Amino acid sequence: MPESLSFGIDPITAHAWNKDRTKLAISPNSPEVHIYHFQRGEWKLEEILKEHDLKVTGIDWAPNTNRIVTCSADRNAYVWTQSEEKKWKPTLVLLRINRAATCVRWSPLENKFAVGSGARLISVCYFEKENDWWVSKHIKKPIRSTVTCLDWHPNDVLLAAGSTDFKVRVFSAYIKEIEDRPVSTSWGSKMPLGLMMAEFSNSTNGAGGWVHSVNFSSSGDRIAWVGHDSSISIADASKGMAVSVIRTDFLPFLACLWVSENRLIAAGHGCCPMLFEVNETGKVQFAGKLDASLKKETSGVSAMKKFQSLDRQARTETNDTSLGTLHQNAITSVCLHTGNKANATKFSTAGVDGLLAIWDFSNLESAMRGLKFN
Amino acid sequence: MIIPVLSYKYYQRSLQYKKNIKIQRFQLEYKSYNKMDVSRRKFRQEQYSSINYHHSEYERRGSFVAACSAFRKIDVDQYNEDNYKEDECGESQSPPSIEALKTVLRNAPISSRNQMVKDAALNVVMQVLLSMKSSQIEEAVNALDRDHLDILMKYIYRGFETPSEGSSGQLLAWHEKVHAVAGVGCIVRVLTDKKRV
Repeated sequence: MPESLSFGIDPITAHAWNKDRTKLAISPNSPEVHIYHFQRGEWKLEEILKEHDLKVTGIDWAPNTNRIVTCSADRNAYVWTQSEEKKWKPTLVLLRINRAATCVRWSPLENKFAVGSGARLISVCYFEKENDWWVSKHIKKPIRSTVTCLDWHPNDVLLAAGSTDFKVRVFSAYIKEIEDRPVSTSWGSKMPLGLMMAEFSNSTNGAGGWVHSVNFSSSGDRIAWVGHDSSISIADASKGMAVSVIRTDFLPFLACLWVSENRLIAAGHGCCPMLFEVNETGKVQFAGKLDASLKKETSGVSAMKKFQSLDRQARTETNDTSLGTLHQNAITSVCLHTGNKANATKFSTAGVDGLLAIWDFSNLESAMRGLKFN
Repeated sequence: MIIPVLSYKYYQRSLQYKKNIKIQRFQLEYKSYNKMDVSRRKFRQEQYSSINYHHSEYERRGSFVAACSAFRKIDVDQYNEDNYKEDECGESQSPPSIEALKTVLRNAPISSRNQMVKDAALNVVMQVLLSMKSSQIEEAVNALDRDHLDILMKYIYRGFETPSEGSSGQLLAWHEKVHAVAGVGCIVRVLTDKKRV
């Protein structure tokens, strides 16, 4: 049974955990960011960060340096650092964009972060010590439309971006002021800033949809993305950029996350996290729903429910208005909770119903028979 | 108060009378038309349908004449009893097989920019879908693969847009069967796909 925390009725647009998972930053569909702290067995609201003017669209928490970066529809991003009195202080980041920012991600070494925006560009921002502020460099070249999602490669240089022009692109975000030359990877050897290393189209045969989420696997060789045409795709750089797509029967997914080198979780409008597996030949297959157990519990007390509905609403039919899944509305984001991308044991999902659920693989294993967890 | 009402009634009656006269005149002309030989008929047809004639009629009568001359453009020979041919296509054929459906979906002109080609293909697909028996639908849907199911769903929705006699009911049966096999994802792809069928 996944652990679930309710944060009211407002949708949760973004969430991020701190390093030891005792603190949680969420944005309840407003310009504020709420920080919750797990103390004495319950989650308490610790602080509200109020600096943005418009809705906060992305939050990311750097685990080692303990900094939070938030980006918002007001074309700004702030980096929050915790002072000695445990108060969070914002520092403005000059993104130089003229449209809303849509997503933000810290790089694996936390020396820079990337912001995707509706201005058809990605801002890669790093801290300049001489002037004591965050400056940005733009990646513009082949991007034709809003960038909706970002993810960093483990080597801290490559960046994958999904966009509403139905394409997923891998760029180099190498900033020579702050880091050394990167070694060559399966994506390419020369990596100047802004060079597009690979481009994948989400629209084979003309069927396409916006790319909602993109994710690098732990080795960095594989990249997964989900699109609005209910498809989930994998590209493998070590196999010559081979792409494997499945067009699923479910509602479109909004977020995806690798939990091992061969398995990934996708969740979205179907309100239920799904597990997908990549087999040896590189083909992606549906492995199972991670929320199947709950449906059985709701069908038990039907007689009671019938009389209840007759009493309250004067109707004899008992069609349930609640879904059989834990989340009652779309899941907007999926975050790693325990473990890393090579071997995750827990992950968290947040949705439009204001619920944040933490899913544990060891519990799910017993609920899903016939699946081998290696 | 009564007098205007009465006069209106008479006015209406007179309109009806005029209409009847027009119909009678047409029927008379038609009968005499039939007795002429073909070449003379065609010549007369062209004469009557020319613009000059209309103008002179208009001036002579001083009333609304133009509309009722449309009958002059009809080719009456095609309605001649001797020329009547039995309807060739349709009932004599057997209902289309699953192979026909597969062929028509495989050759669907999705990438074409020509709207006429797409409309023609739509008509063919509609004929196939509407003439297949309800018992065959499930078998046909199970025989198709995912891509073809997506294309079929697109045609079903396109068929809903232009309903004909009893078509929507049949299409709904198709929709239910395709949905049972391909799920909601199929419908989502109909909505998100830029390339319309």
